[in-house]
Amino acid sequence: MEINLEEQFQKRIDEEVKIEPRDWMPEKYRKTLLRQISQHAHSEIVGMLPEGNWITRAPNLRRKVALLAKVQDEAGHGLYLYSAAETLGMSRDEMLEELHTGKAKYSSIFNYPTLTWADMGAIGWLVDGAAIMNQVPLCRTSYGPYARAMVRVCKEESFHQRQGYEIMLTLCKGSEEQKAMAQDALNRWWWPSIMMFGPNDDNSPNSAQSMKWKIKRFSNDELRQKFVDVTVAQAEILGLTIPDKDLKWNEARGHYDFGAINWDEFNNVVAGNGPCNKQRLKARVDAWEKGAWVREAATAYAEKRAKREKNKIEAA
Amino acid sequence: MTNKEWPLWEVFIRAKQGLNHKHVGSLHAADYQMAIENARDVYTRRLEGVSIWVVESKYIHANEPSEQDALFDPASDKIYRHPTFYVLPEELNHM
Ligand SMILES: [Fe+2]
Ligand SMILES: [Fe+2]
Repeated sequence: MEINLEEQFQKRIDEEVKIEPRDWMPEKYRKTLLRQISQHAHSEIVGMLPEGNWITRAPNLRRKVALLAKVQDEAGHGLYLYSAAETLGMSRDEMLEELHTGKAKYSSIFNYPTLTWADMGAIGWLVDGAAIMNQVPLCRTSYGPYARAMVRVCKEESFHQRQGYEIMLTLCKGSEEQKAMAQDALNRWWWPSIMMFGPNDDNSPNSAQSMKWKIKRFSNDELRQKFVDVTVAQAEILGLTIPDKDLKWNEARGHYDFGAINWDEFNNVVAGNGPCNKQRLKARVDAWEKGAWVREAATAYAEKRAKREKNKIEAA
Repeated sequence: MTNKEWPLWEVFIRAKQGLNHKHVGSLHAADYQMAIENARDVYTRRLEGVSIWVVESKYIHANEPSEQDALFDPASDKIYRHPTFYVLPEELNHM
């Protein structure tokens, strides 16, 4: 019986029929998605912190409203994704608990510090750029609620990347110091951005199953290559140098070759030893704990109002 | 004190006057008023709507996915419910 259901399930996937929350699904499909979507949600939420750091110090009002709107969008992305994950049977509080205890991961990139204003440019350009590369194919992922959330997310992301690139462009057209600041930001954010696509394919054991279930449409290395290919020209327009001496066009492959990735650094940051892991987690836990009275007060107020409305109806 | 999780609400948005409200997603809120306020911030930051409905998720009832065939298949062989089923002369241009 079980085998039969699984075959039917795979057939629906192969026919590009979306899976919806109450449909039968293999337990491993559910778990894989739950992990992926909740991690994705956590990344959006933790991802607000590095940029939130610069909102009060944006150089002018135009930059400030843009950054504020972008960070607010990331909160929205987190909320769309948490809702999608909840349809798989885990409560919001359980997910937050997993984040706060360190059981759940989020994207490593957000464990790097934002040292200068140029980092706001580099993040929008590279980090959101890499996220878009990852997220566009997810709009066609096989699980309906996840795909729908990603459609909303993708509609909003393009402004994020453009505002970041515009910051870089402005700095690069400015003084020598401003251009140097942009180059420094690129130097620091390039490799972590490349790592955002995850381990190499031969080191990514669950990838094949995710592709078969059409949760993923492209492998980590395919997406990384696409990102490098489009980003090189963008750096040229800025007049900046990508910090990789092995980066060069490979005519035969029709792609850029690039240097070896420092996976030790990646694994170290994933393991919790990046420059800002502790600070990021603490900020989330503090926000949760310090917000407890607000959640309690809102619940108490809702109960009081419900009672008042009920009394009014009974009196009438 | 352990905090009770706020209930889940389904959000429906009317994109513009004349269109129906369409389901866009869900969110948590303590009551309907907060649900509407949150829905405004979460789902209408870019002029996506002119009206919001929220319904507490527990009040939504649905058919079982396993009933899909029994419920919806019978419609598939009733092609006589469609205008193209009826063969009429060519000169009858608009009917
Ligand atoms: Fe986002
Ligand atoms: Fe973004």
